[in-house]
Parts: sequence; C-alpha cells; structure tokens
Amino acid sequence: MGKHTWYRPWVSALWMVVLTLPIFVVRVNTVVGEVTWRWRNAVVLALLVVTAAYAARVYRRLERDAGWSSRLRRLAGWAPARYHALETRVGERRLRVLGRVALALVLTAFPFVTGLFQTGIMVRALIFVLLALGLNVIIGLGGMLHLGYIAFMAVGAYTYGILYRFFGVGFWPALPAAALVSTVAGISLALPVLRLRGDYLAIVTLGFSEIVRIVINNLTELTGGPQGILGIPKPWFFGLDLSLRQSTRYLYFIALAFVILLVCVMRRFENSRIGRALTAMGEDEIAAAAMGVDTTRAKLVAFALGSFWAGIAGVIFASQNAIIVPSSFSIAQSIIVLSCVVLGGMGSIRGSIVGALALILIPEYLREFSDFRILLFGVVLVVMMIFRPGGILPKQRKVYTFGERT
Amino acid sequence: MSTVLSVSGLTKDFGGLRAVNDVDFELDSGEVVALIGPNGAGKTTFFNCVTGVYRPNKGRVEIHPPGGARRDIVGLEPHRITHKGLARTFQNIRLFGGMTVLENVMIGRHSRLHAGVFGAILRDRATREEEQRVIAESYAILQRMGLDRQANDIASNLPYGAQRRLEIARALATDPFILLLDEPAAGMNPQETKALRALILKIRDTHGVSIFLIEHDMSLVMSLAERIYVMDYGRLIATGPPEAVKRDPEVIRAYLGEEV
Repeated sequence: MGKHTWYRPWVSALWMVVLTLPIFVVRVNTVVGEVTWRWRNAVVLALLVVTAAYAARVYRRLERDAGWSSRLRRLAGWAPARYHALETRVGERRLRVLGRVALALVLTAFPFVTGLFQTGIMVRALIFVLLALGLNVIIGLGGMLHLGYIAFMAVGAYTYGILYRFFGVGFWPALPAAALVSTVAGISLALPVLRLRGDYLAIVTLGFSEIVRIVINNLTELTGGPQGILGIPKPWFFGLDLSLRQSTRYLYFIALAFVILLVCVMRRFENSRIGRALTAMGEDEIAAAAMGVDTTRAKLVAFALGSFWAGIAGVIFASQNAIIVPSSFSIAQSIIVLSCVVLGGMGSIRGSIVGALALILIPEYLREFSDFRILLFGVVLVVMMIFRPGGILPKQRKVYTFGERT
Repeated sequence: MSTVLSVSGLTKDFGGLRAVNDVDFELDSGEVVALIGPNGAGKTTFFNCVTGVYRPNKGRVEIHPPGGARRDIVGLEPHRITHKGLARTFQNIRLFGGMTVLENVMIGRHSRLHAGVFGAILRDRATREEEQRVIAESYAILQRMGLDRQANDIASNLPYGAQRRLEIARALATDPFILLLDEPAAGMNPQETKALRALILKIRDTHGVSIFLIEHDMSLVMSLAERIYVMDYGRLIATGPPEAVKRDPEVIRAYLGEEV
C-alpha cells in the first residue's frame, strides 16, 4: 500500500455517503412533514466501503505478486507452462478438495437449516443457474446474441403443463419429453437464422420469443390462455405423499442435481473438439470456417444444447410454481438470464453460476430496498464495465501441460 | 511436375463491377507462386473465390490432391474446401484472439478429427485418445514454428510477427497440400520478412505443400516466387518468372502509370 494513498478508501467512503445521502440518510416523512437524519446508516455504509476498498487492494496486490512470480519462473524455466501447472496443482489441490467438500455440505444442509421460503428462493435461483449455463453455450461460446431464450423455457414448461392437463403425465416422464420438444424448437429457430449475426439475430430471437408467448396466450383450448395451467403436480417420489416443505426440499435437490450435471457436461464440452469450434466461431466466424469448422453445424449444436437445458429448467419451473401463465415468460426474463451470463462473465461456467445467484438472490434479500433495485442494478453494471469488463469471473482458458505425461 | 491447382476462366462480379475477369491460373506441386498487382486489382477476391468465401460467377477451380482424384471445388463451402486440403491465412490477421496459441492450432486440426457432442460429454476412450493426440500434434507444430514457449498465452497478446507465424501454423494444422498466404509480410520489418522467407521455404520443403501467396513486398516476391502472376483491374496482365515480369512493360505501366 503506497504511503500517500492511505486515505483514498476514506475519500471513496465519503463520496459514497454523499452520493447515497438522499437514499440512505435523509428520510422525509411527507405525512407528518418532518425530516429524519439517519446518520448511523451513513457510518455503516462508510465502514463497508472502506473495508471493501482495502480488501480489493490486498487482492490486487496478491494478484500482482502472483503475476510477478510466474513471470520470474518463466524467465528461469525452459518449459514454463509445465512447471507452472505442476507447481500450482500440488498446493492447490488440497485447498480445492476442501472447498468442494465445504460447498457440498453447505448445499446439502441448506434446505434443512433454512425455512420453506428460503428454499423456494434457492430453487428459483437454481433454475436461473440452469438457464444461465444453457444460454452461456449460445452467447458465451457461440457468440450469438440470443434475446429470446426464455421462450424455450416456456416451451418446456408448457410441454409439461399440456401433457399433465390432457394426459395426466407426471414430472419425470414429462422431463425428457419437454427437453426433446424444446430442443426441436431450438433447432427449428436456428435453421432460418443461421445466416444472421449480431443485431439481426438479436431481433429475430426477440421476435421468436414474443411469437411463442403470444401463441401461448391465444391458444386457449390447449394452454388455458392468459389464465394458464393450474395445479401442475410436484415431482413423484416413490408414491409418497409429501408435505409442501418436503416437496420443496425434494425439488431443491432435483434442481441442484441438474445444475451439477450441467456443470459437468459443460466442463467437458467447452474444451472438446465441438466446444472449441464453437468458441472459435464466436470469435471469428470467417476464420473458423477457413479452418474447417462447419459453422452451420456448430450453430445448430449450440442452439440444440442451449434449448435442451432451457426445457429442463422449464419443467422444474412449472413444477415449483404449480401454475404457468404466459406472462411469466416475458422479454424481461430473457434479459435477466442474459444479464446473468454477461455479469458473471461470458463463456465462463463459474461466472454464469455466480451471475445467476447474484441477480436472483440479491434482489430477493434486498426487498426493503426494492424501490432502488433498478438504480442499484444500474450502478453495479456501470461499475462492472469500468473495473471488470470481462464479468465477475471471466473465462480462463485451459492451460495445457506438455512432456512425458501427454 | 504435376499440377495441383488449376483455375480457368474465373470471373467474379460485384453488382456492375467485374472484380476478377477471366483469370487462368496454375500451381504445380512443390512450387511457390506469387500473385501481385496494385491495390484493388482483385487479388484477394481471386483468393476468396478459390477458398470458397465467394462463389465465382464463372470458371472452374480444380484441385488435384496427391493420390486423389481431380475435382472442381467451385460452390463448396469454405470448411469443405479446407477439408479437401487448401488452407489459407488472412490479409488482416484473423486469429481467435481470446483463445490460447495452442487452442488456435487445435482448431486447425478440427477437420481431421471426429469427436462429436456425445463423445465430448461422455468422454469415451476414443475421444480422450483423440484429444491427447491433437494436443501433441498441435504442440509439435508450434515447436516447428518456434511458438512452443507461448503455447498457453492468449493469442492476441503475441507480438505482431508471432501472430503472423501463428496464422501460418494454424493453417498448416489442417494438413493442407496447398497453402494460400494473403500478404504474409504485411507490416513486417526487413528482418522479420527475411525470417518469413526462410520459414516459407522450410514449410514448402518439410511439409511438401505448394504455396500460393499474395504479396506487396517486391524483394520478398522476387526472391521467393518461382513464377509470378500480375493482376490489374481484375485481369491477368502478365505471368512468368520474376526477371521477365520485372521487365514487362504492361507490369511497369500498371505500377508506375503510363509515360506521357
């Protein structure tokens, strides 16, 4: 820490307090006509900002030191990549295993420790994690701006809803059916838009999403129209009659299992032949084609894979809410999923998860501040653009090792 | 020597503009041939017609791979043409900037591999072995091109000359028998250009590829190419060995203008 800059976090804190004075400190009671000054809020806020600023400094210094040591190592060693990878692996592995065990414990204990309400919120967050990871294939890897992703979740949810309404089909049989229908929908959207790029693709996907929503809204005999489909059952659990609390826990674990499955699938996919080809296409379509990548196929794969997971998320969503109405699948929802991916870091699996959790959980727990939600959201996005343009956890390219082991 | 690429009567129009006008072209096995011409002569358009980026209005582009049958590749998509054994680089470098150097080369191997989506997700034995093989092969190519130390660096962080080399490495990874280079020396200093010349000759000799390049650097073209084609306003105005082309009055007129 430079000696001339010790006061800078305090300046930032003061600045933040001044900025948020009208929101956090001054309260005007228009009924009684009096103004209260809540200075305690200002102090708490200032302390928070200072702590965050110092933490950021320490983090940055660690990062810089790490950069230096690897650079030195690079100068010293002939095969830097290999040394680097091995050295970090030995020390990191224990920490990583420990972290995973802790995470597993927390995730398992969560629905038993917290109440019904919290578990419900978490299920919703996990559904958005699924959506963000699915959309990440299309946007993060394939570089295709898809603004109508929620439509595929609608297709999945309504497949379950309609199958239940007319044939009494339950959660588990509906799951593969919905995934299949939604994949087919994804491919049938992809086929006509294969030639489109950037803004044009965004407009067409946006339009598609609206078409889906409006069709659902007007196909009253099949979908129940604006009233939606009611009484969609919770997942079957060996024929037992579960209480609401139990079934919410059950749904939580189902959603969690699918998130874990999807993370595994994505981790394998992103560094595979097709995943690499898709990433290359996202970077430069013409160059990718010139290198022998069949871009048509890559796009179809991206849309199929993305829509598949949206379909699964849709079934879980329908089951959690027990009712599905067209207005749940509005453009705003697509934008939220998109924000999750962008905020977390495009192309990054961990980023998508963190982005989705942040964007769903934080607003839930900040209900008192709901008036400023959009305002804070805007501030966060601007700050992100300045300090971390790649997202919270940007994509790290895989480091390969060479030598006897390969 | 046998012909590996023969183009006849190639014509490409953009609206009312005839960018390439009835061009005939031949490339023999193991040859280094250059295409030169003033700016806007249609060189890159010709290139793009051969590699499938544009579809020519008229003409034939026939390839004759070693040990394979002769065939017309007009109308094939770019990735199919790459699969057939034509690899290219770009005038303005088009690397996958966010990916590592090694990954760029691994993309080049794409059309020689087979793993599909389900293979990637299930990660069966064949896929794992193929993945190990492509890492080893790509690393070997980087070693030959002197880029192995940067294997895990992000491609866009490489210095300019290394980026050009990486583009060539990536093209070589597709196992071509014809390598098409679009202004490989653009933006290079004389030392780098000299190194590039040696590199191109080495590639020709060790990989057994025929090389077709567009270039503006006359010292490189004259010392490297065995034959030169000269284009101006979409037409072929001269062809032959470097000395003959250098003295050709048509060529001098195209480059320096007419005497008055």
